[in-house]
Amino acid sequence: MSMRVLCPHCGPRSIEEWVHGEIPVVPDTITDPDGRDIDRGYMHTNPQGAVREAWFHAFGCRRWVTVWRDTRTDEWIEPPV
Amino acid sequence: MNEHPEAEITLRWSEPEASYDVIIVGGGGHGLSIAYHLATRHDITSVLVVEAGYIGGGNSGRNTTVIRANYGIPEAVRFYQHSLERYRRLEEETGRAMMHDRKGLLWMAHSEAGVRRERARAAVNQAFGAETTYLEPDEIAAACPEIDLACGGGFPEVMGASFHQGATARHDRVVWALAEGAMRRGVHVAPRTAVVGLVHDGRRIVGVETSAGRIAAGIVVSAVGGNVTMLADMAGVRLPIKTHPLQAFVTNRYQHRFDPIVASGDLGFYVSQTARGQMLLGAEIDRQPSYSRGSTHDLLASLSHRAITVLPFMRDLRVLRQWTGSCDMSPDYSPIMGDTGVDGFLITTGWGTWGFKAIPAGGEFMAQRIATGVVPELMAPFSLDRFERDRTLADRGSSGTH
Repeated sequence: MSMRVLCPHCGPRSIEEWVHGEIPVVPDTITDPDGRDIDRGYMHTNPQGAVREAWFHAFGCRRWVTVWRDTRTDEWIEPPV
Repeated sequence: MNEHPEAEITLRWSEPEASYDVIIVGGGGHGLSIAYHLATRHDITSVLVVEAGYIGGGNSGRNTTVIRANYGIPEAVRFYQHSLERYRRLEEETGRAMMHDRKGLLWMAHSEAGVRRERARAAVNQAFGAETTYLEPDEIAAACPEIDLACGGGFPEVMGASFHQGATARHDRVVWALAEGAMRRGVHVAPRTAVVGLVHDGRRIVGVETSAGRIAAGIVVSAVGGNVTMLADMAGVRLPIKTHPLQAFVTNRYQHRFDPIVASGDLGFYVSQTARGQMLLGAEIDRQPSYSRGSTHDLLASLSHRAITVLPFMRDLRVLRQWTGSCDMSPDYSPIMGDTGVDGFLITTGWGTWGFKAIPAGGEFMAQRIATGVVPELMAPFSLDRFERDRTLADRGSSGTH
């Protein structure tokens, strides 16, 4: 298997060229401001399924792309409705 | 090497009963080590280990079996040094061969920053009881003549290395010996039994829902690897864990003995030789958090390239198998052990890429906490609440890749 990220500028490129960027999600159930800071700093939703994330094409055009991925299969997916 | 000592180990599976004092979720090295220590050290035998697959079939069967203690902070050096010393006695204690092989570990630096890092690490290690020496390039050449110190001209040359106590052991043998030791004293192990929910009584966890029905428990312990976030969600515990894949592969047999485990933090790989003579290579974790256990050709190509640059003899070897494990990474590259803030629910997680070496100590200390209610001194720094107290253990540099 080969894993590629689709770059709008360069086309599909090997994952070795990319840097991964998490988009942190703090659940609405955490309402305390300090609690939200701790959660944002340390905790992770770590979902099993669809996740929205950013990739930086470090060894390429050096632009960011935002994509959705299924963490169970590592397939790129359409944004869930 | 070919005497097949596996035949000696006797494993007996159990149908779960209705209730236990302790239920451990996850029948890998850590889960079975907790059960083993509960039974052998504390005489607690009303224990059930539930495993969704087969024992040792998760990360215990996918790791690269390096045992070392060369961490960068005092808390971690003390903890892993204790574990390393327990490993040395584990064959004698259980009466089972584990192919424990002490071969040394050479950790290379390819930059000024790397040299400072390895010197600092050697100093911290020596101060807290892990034998370590710092080697200059000519000493590296004497210790491991196979290394190309110039890295073929394609990568920065090797400028120094720290040399540590390092060992490997046969992962299946460790898991089976601990399982057998626990079973002999009456611990039940139920493979192919998946936990699908936790039983709540107010704020307390009082049992598990499994594919074999509901089972009551005084204490539920999560020793899950990979799916720990989902189990913690069921208990209402939010974890600082991201699950990343880590890929490894083995080659066919190299005809000569290759002694030290060789690691390069700067190039992000490590190599050791298995008991069968195969060269075993591991990488850094994959960039993206993922539960997929798919292996990629991209990693195989890039890892081989880095390894061959340092150890040119490997270019004549062939890749036999490649596989992937799931690493539960904590933000400070240190484990998380003990209480969760939910009564009746304990956790041992965050074992990232360093779980195998901690199997004896992790199980011993968790069992102590379960049996006595007191958190052992060596385990205390690794509590889950260190994140909300902002007392994290910055150990990224030394966790490395294995």
